[in-house]
Amino acid sequence: MLIRSLVKPLVDHPEDIQVERREEGNKIVYHLLVNEDDIGKVIGKNGRVANAIRTIVYSANSDETKRVYLDIM
Amino acid sequence: MKEVTASGATVEEAIQSALQQLNIPREKAEVEIIDEGKKGFLGIFGSVRAVVKVREKVDHIELGKQFLTDVARNMGVDITVEVEKEDNIVKYNLTGEKIALLIGRRGKTLNALQYLTHLVINKETDQYYSVIVDAEGYRKRREETLIELAQKMAKKAVRVKRKISLEPMPAYERKIIHTALQDTPNVSTYSTGDEPNRYIVIKPKDIK
Repeated sequence: MLIRSLVKPLVDHPEDIQVERREEGNKIVYHLLVNEDDIGKVIGKNGRVANAIRTIVYSANSDETKRVYLDIM
Repeated sequence: MKEVTASGATVEEAIQSALQQLNIPREKAEVEIIDEGKKGFLGIFGSVRAVVKVREKVDHIELGKQFLTDVARNMGVDITVEVEKEDNIVKYNLTGEKIALLIGRRGKTLNALQYLTHLVINKETDQYYSVIVDAEGYRKRREETLIELAQKMAKKAVRVKRKISLEPMPAYERKIIHTALQDTPNVSTYSTGDEPNRYIVIKPKDIK
């Protein structure tokens, strides 16, 4: 939900946002999929947008035993 | 974006009809007149109905406020957002419990929120807004800390007669330090390295 609320206002095709969550041992991995036209918008120049999204997603993780990862594709 | 085309005997009637369909007040509407219409002879022959296109105006500043509220809620923090606008600078002040979670270490999370809010409110608009996101006076406190740090490190640089590098900081934090030391006579400052790892170097003036 958090990832969706971060990404939705940035893209032109909010209906194409997909977020998948997988737990692998002590890792939580989120896969974010957006419309092809929107990839640039969620990554940004030098990955600046992606980094800002990651910073917020990581800081919201309250489970200290698990590490969160965010893949954007 | 909500938009309707409506017609009426006069432009005003057409607008009223469109506003009713959209269920929005006049001040939230953007009106484009497509046909002004004609009254016709004696109001009977050859009259043409007025046609207008009415769009709901997007309030970009409100969009930013909504964005911050939604994101915070999804992080598990209930906040109140207060908005201040001065020329093209929009400032969002966040208050609430667990606000530290939104600030993060050295403001990292707050800076990320600020950057994304900047993108959200400047998307699809001709107007350019500069965005500041603050949380319970954090920016002011950070500024005081940075000025103190700058003065302390300037003294140290002079004492040890060596350049001193500070840790990487975002552009406006570096600016605070440059400004704080610009009138200090025996040191100069410059930035080096590439974003986001650009940092300040304080150099005593009598060394190379």
